[in-house]
Amino acid sequence: MRRLWIGLTYAVFLILLIAPLSKIITSAFSGGLAGLGRALGRPEAMHALMMTGAIVVIVTLLNTLFGIMMALYLVRATWLGGKIKSLLNSIVDLPYAVSPVIGGLMIVLLLGPDSIIGGFLEGTGFRVVYAFPGMIIATLFVTFPLMVREVMPVLQEIGNDQEQAASTLGAYSWLTFRKVTWPMIRWAVVYGMVLTIARSLGEFGAVLVVSGNIMNRTQTATTLVYQDVENFNVAAASGVALVLAVFSAGLLLIMEWIKKRKEVH
Amino acid sequence: MHIQVRNLDKHFGSFHAVKDVSFDIEKGHLIGLLGPSGGGKTSILRMLAGLESPDSGEIAFHGQVVNDIPPQERGIGFVFQNYALFKHMTVFDNIAFGLKVKKAPKSKIKERVMELVELTGLKGFEKRYPHQLSGGQRQRVAFARALAPEPQLLLLDEPFAAIDAKIRQELRSWLRELIERVGITSIFVTHDQDEAIEVADEIMIINQGRVEQKGTPWDIYKEPKTPFVATFIGESTMVEEASVLKGFDGAGSRGQARALIRPEYIELGHEQDFPILSATEEGIVRHLHFRGSEWLVEVEVKGRKLVTYRSLEKDTLQPGQEIRVLIHRAYLFNEEDSWIEENRLKVDPMPVMI
Ligand SMILES: Nc1ncnc2c1ncn2[C@@H]1O[C@H](COP(=O)(O)OP(=O)(O)OP(=O)(O)O)[C@@H](O)[C@H]1O
Ligand SMILES: [Mg+2]
Repeated sequence: MRRLWIGLTYAVFLILLIAPLSKIITSAFSGGLAGLGRALGRPEAMHALMMTGAIVVIVTLLNTLFGIMMALYLVRATWLGGKIKSLLNSIVDLPYAVSPVIGGLMIVLLLGPDSIIGGFLEGTGFRVVYAFPGMIIATLFVTFPLMVREVMPVLQEIGNDQEQAASTLGAYSWLTFRKVTWPMIRWAVVYGMVLTIARSLGEFGAVLVVSGNIMNRTQTATTLVYQDVENFNVAAASGVALVLAVFSAGLLLIMEWIKKRKEVH
Repeated sequence: MHIQVRNLDKHFGSFHAVKDVSFDIEKGHLIGLLGPSGGGKTSILRMLAGLESPDSGEIAFHGQVVNDIPPQERGIGFVFQNYALFKHMTVFDNIAFGLKVKKAPKSKIKERVMELVELTGLKGFEKRYPHQLSGGQRQRVAFARALAPEPQLLLLDEPFAAIDAKIRQELRSWLRELIERVGITSIFVTHDQDEAIEVADEIMIINQGRVEQKGTPWDIYKEPKTPFVATFIGESTMVEEASVLKGFDGAGSRGQARALIRPEYIELGHEQDFPILSATEEGIVRHLHFRGSEWLVEVEVKGRKLVTYRSLEKDTLQPGQEIRVLIHRAYLFNEEDSWIEENRLKVDPMPVMI
């Protein structure tokens, strides 16, 4: 009986993970190395990968900054009332609960050309939706809880004793953060960053809705894969997917390494 | 630093944690805050440090009101109950923190830290991290860290709570000595009476957010101002109606009173031991407990149990034995008032006046 369960587990693992991955690899190399080069060398593929890279970098930076700040406020701020805090705390999880597609839709409704804010911004020549800024916002929306939820428990666990000790020794908040709080949360932050990178690399739904998936303009790696598949260009799709998969695997390794570091600390 | 606190009040939500607290502390004194858990001791310390702001009232250092001055500028050393050492810094960096914040020159920092390391007996441990130290060593690091920037006031919140009894004893005499040597005004919180009595110049008893009494340990022991203090400090037995006791029947003149009797207020003896026998009660020895250097005797008087000590030099009593009991004095109190009364019959009722 136990054998059966173990066998089943391996089977599921094989069918769900290994088989698709090897299929992607063989498919990506179906035209040989040159075929893969051609698939990735297409201008739209280059652009899409650049786009994804830019989104990953910007979103990770913004999410790290705001995520840490949000976590600090939610855990430490005494000037925030308890009710406001618990409200904010549940709002942070909203992106977990809401489908990314709907998240994207909310952004379109709020900032699209037909909305008040979007219309105003359009007037000043600044496009949000169907443009790069909207894609950043959409990706931020889906990744926002990742950093907050990594950092908050660490802040709660360490308590504010050490920070108070620092303040009685003459250190103001910025110095206290740099010298006392940061060294204790940094591995949680790095872990949150890796999660954010992984999520923004692979984000599809929200970005698809917000970007309009315009080739060479607002297309990301994932939406390009989607379009290639639609066009029955499976080999090209696999090529791009393989690039994403390689990055993901790298991130996975980094995550394992960080987890060990976190435990040491 | 001379400290004045006037009418300090603090609420946490609807809970009134500190109620109209006022006191003065002279420069260089070591004050012990003593009282039951939840009494407000930590809250008072935190307000002094500026970590908590009072709802009303004034805190003044050197006659200057500091209510609006942030903790960073108050020149206070705070030793937290759990030490709150910086976990990711070495002992050296922990102690140096306050000096680095003040941007003291490197050579000066090194010199001062080494001086404190020496003073606190931590030599050889400078490179260790807090988790590599014993409880007592951590306590010393916390202490050195607080002292490094040369604060004018040192606040210690139950500094020995996490340390076992023997090392605790050593540490507190060490602390006493060190504070005397550095000559710094200090306030420390403790749950332990003996600790407060042994170490402090003055004790403040804090109960339910109020200062019940402030004074030298001896004064507080000898003349407790409130029934709470009387029961909290030292040993005692309570007698519900003081007037049933011989020599205290006048207690009723101020209304019904209860009596608190300390072991040393009671003398046991045989009939021939007392010149004025009429002042004594008849009692029966109920239990004897050996206390190392003396006997603890439980004696029953008029159906009430009293407790006293008896020297090993005197003849050994037996349970069930009848004995004379002289109550020299009692601490009496009722709803309005409390006072100490001597046994009225103890003095010769008809003294011969010449
Ligand atoms: N931040 C807070 N929020 C709400 N109530 C608090 C807070 N801090 C303290 N209190 C309450 O105020 C009262 C006094 O607390 P405080 O910590 O000053 O007591 P304490 O005398 O130090 O007790 P202990 O000897 O147990 O440390 C307690 O009833 C406590 O529950
Ligand atoms: Mg306390």
